[in-house]
Amino acid sequence: MRILVFLFLMVPSCILAAGSSAPIPLDSVAPDLSDKASLQRGARTYVNYCLGCHAMKYQRFQRVAEDLGISQETMMANFVFDPSKKFGSHMENSMSVENAKQWFGNVPPDLTLYTKLKGGPDYFYTYMRSFYEDSTRPFGVNNLLYENVGMPHPLVHLQGVQRKVCKNVPKIAKNGGEMRDPLSGESIIEERCGDDLLVRGISPLSLVEGSGELSADSYDGLIYDLTNFLYYSGDPSRLERERLGGFVLLFLAFFYVFAWLLGREYLKEFH
Amino acid sequence: MLISSIGAYLDIFARDVLGLDEIKLDDSRRKFLLGATSLVGVAGVAGLATPFVGSWQPGAKALAAGAPVKIDISKLAEGEMLGPIPAWRDKPIFVIRRTQELLDQLNSKNERLADPNSERLQQPEYAKNETRSIRPEILVLVGLCTHLSCAPKFRPQIQAEQFDQEWIGGFFCPCHGSKFDMAGRVYLGVPAPSNLEVPPHYYEDDGILVIGEDEKGMV
Amino acid sequence: MLSLQQSMKNIMNWIDARLPVTETYEKHMSKYYAPKNTNFWYLMGVLATVVLVNQLLTGIWLTMSYVPTADGAFASIEYIMRDVNYGWMLRYMHSTGASAFFLVVYLHMFRGLMYGSYQKPRELVWIIGMVIFVALMAEGFLGYLLPWGNMSFWAGQVIVSLAGAVPIVGDGLATWVRGDFNISGITLNRFFALHVVLVPMLLLVLVFLHIVALHEVGSNNPDGIDIKKNTDEQGKPLDGIPFHPYLTLGHDLPAIVAFFFIFSIVMFYFPDGGGYLIEAPNYEKANPLKTPDLIAPVWYYTPFYSMLRAATFPFLGLDAKFWGLVVMAGAIFLPAVLPWLDRSKVKSIRYKGLASKVFLAVFVVAFFILGYLGVQHPTPLKTFIAQICTAIYFSYFLLMPWYTAAEKTKKVPDRVQMR
Repeated sequence: MRILVFLFLMVPSCILAAGSSAPIPLDSVAPDLSDKASLQRGARTYVNYCLGCHAMKYQRFQRVAEDLGISQETMMANFVFDPSKKFGSHMENSMSVENAKQWFGNVPPDLTLYTKLKGGPDYFYTYMRSFYEDSTRPFGVNNLLYENVGMPHPLVHLQGVQRKVCKNVPKIAKNGGEMRDPLSGESIIEERCGDDLLVRGISPLSLVEGSGELSADSYDGLIYDLTNFLYYSGDPSRLERERLGGFVLLFLAFFYVFAWLLGREYLKEFH
Repeated sequence: MLISSIGAYLDIFARDVLGLDEIKLDDSRRKFLLGATSLVGVAGVAGLATPFVGSWQPGAKALAAGAPVKIDISKLAEGEMLGPIPAWRDKPIFVIRRTQELLDQLNSKNERLADPNSERLQQPEYAKNETRSIRPEILVLVGLCTHLSCAPKFRPQIQAEQFDQEWIGGFFCPCHGSKFDMAGRVYLGVPAPSNLEVPPHYYEDDGILVIGEDEKGMV
Repeated sequence: MLSLQQSMKNIMNWIDARLPVTETYEKHMSKYYAPKNTNFWYLMGVLATVVLVNQLLTGIWLTMSYVPTADGAFASIEYIMRDVNYGWMLRYMHSTGASAFFLVVYLHMFRGLMYGSYQKPRELVWIIGMVIFVALMAEGFLGYLLPWGNMSFWAGQVIVSLAGAVPIVGDGLATWVRGDFNISGITLNRFFALHVVLVPMLLLVLVFLHIVALHEVGSNNPDGIDIKKNTDEQGKPLDGIPFHPYLTLGHDLPAIVAFFFIFSIVMFYFPDGGGYLIEAPNYEKANPLKTPDLIAPVWYYTPFYSMLRAATFPFLGLDAKFWGLVVMAGAIFLPAVLPWLDRSKVKSIRYKGLASKVFLAVFVVAFFILGYLGVQHPTPLKTFIAQICTAIYFSYFLLMPWYTAAEKTKKVPDRVQMR
């Protein structure tokens, strides 16, 4: 019977290994909900560049202000641009469905739950850094993660223009290792492009120097903050939940000791 | 297994640290443990009840509905009432511009009122005066009878009414017959116990009244 | 003046003359004798009751804020999660509770298989239990549609379409269940009514019957020995102890607290369960034009879902879809006739022969493999494995009359074994 118990415990852990298939490997990102400054910067970026098209209709300005430590005045002055919106309003925009369909062919999705929908923050973090120039597309950009994406790159002036390029990379031998020059021992370099690079886990994108206002690192930081904010908005009670969970577990552990001692008292009579 | 090894440690703890088995009287030990466990259990049940009880409190949606409302009163004529306007916690709000005649009569029969000096906390500090208002002529009230929350009727004429032969203008609640004067003060001898409530409010400028908030901020 | 104790006694006497409170208490609690050798597996019944109460309470509280319409359902869930005070807690208690319910019920049922709890005289206890299981599956499925997420929608779509596999009346039946030609707000409304009123009432009645039937015949135990055979002069079973306070406080209370501990870890720290308790596609409102990449049911249905998919070929002139339904329904209902399949002279696996042990072990492994395959994309190999496991699942039951009759059993001791 011990074996059966073991099986009961083991098998579910094997099941938890299914994954989704994205066209490029996702860059992993570790959100930090306790970093209020990062969340505030993310919220700022969101209302400045995203909210115009992507509503966050389940989230309220007031809740964001309270959770992120922003005062009502600051919130209303610097985050709420639509005069019809009150402090307690949902973070909606005034884009009509007809306009949206005309401009983008579809209504831009609501992003309140986006990181939840994508199974985590990695997708959004990678997506925002994977736009590249593509003159065949209506908005002149495409995205490695979302082929034929229907939106422009809203932060292109900050990030700069990325282009799909070819890169010199070490040649791979048939056995899977790097092919080396038998005499010098150095790797043999070859030029590879596009998907060939992707297969090898190398980004085929290259930033046009000086085309953006931010350095690559600053841009990554900006997107990290924005991702952090989206991660927060997907589940705004998370910090509170985990804090409360700690107390509940402590209490239950404490309770268990008493319950167990009492149980022992009664069990003694028949064991 | 894990559970039984935890059990073994607890057993040592009970025997050697707490010395529970040393106590000879089986009964008193059992009573003590029963009491202690019950106590912790009751705390646990109280904790478990918290989300169930707490979820009945007004949530963010109700609070958002209570956000301040701005009203243009520049076109409000003398002797007329604006409302009921849903404002301040979504309650019906009355805004009235009183005539000079009504104001003159206002404090003429204070002996018939239950709380003529507005001693009870039914208004913000800045409305605790003879007219129960910031500007003498403008009256802002929550249009809910303090008896059982019916909406009182606005009866501004100074004339004998069915319900009162010496009426000097005010509010009459048809549900249970409560009467209030032109400052929302309750008459004696009616079911309603206190004056009509004055919501927090302030004037942004001459013509704009903000309800649900005073100059100190959101209430 | 009467003492407090005396007046309490008088009040009880007054009530007892009109309502059998004390009698019922004694019959089912203080003078209900349970075997004293019960182990871990015998805690699942009380845990299932605890989860049932959790589901009822949190469920009632959720309906206070939930909007059962196609337009409002999804937004009302987010309203509960964000705007209602402690709403996230109530919702996660309910969603985690659903999985916990199935977990303890599966363990509870496995206990029955191991120790032969379905055998005479407990046939009705077992059958009522199986009806509870089916009702529970229905309850879980109906509730799964209510958040009106995209996975809710498509899971509803797939399972209701199953009704279409019934020959001749199938398509009409599916349309009748939906009340529409596609899953819609109309379907949502009726599923809501069934989920919050009809099935819970049914479950309460069934659980009541389950317990009454159990207390009539008495609990089984890991040795499968009838404790009523060995009694003292007063007729009390020598191997039994009063359910209350000995088992309630000795076993059940610590177990409930420990269970809450594990439950809380999941609820507070992993409420999505890595996408297996609340699936990622369900964070998007139902979209009839967009099927999620992989439609997999929640983990507790996956073994049966695998068996449904394992039927891939027509047979006797009927198509595979129909046989899928038959296989799945058969898999769910077959355990109900276990009392008449088991021909063994002994109840417990402790005293059964090798064949029973091997069959049970292989059965469990097959069940887990089927559960795993249910969340995977089907491939020819995986479908083949699923077919083999389905065959194992059915042969555990259908071959039971032979292997239990043929195997050599061990001698059952007279008295229960404490270990």
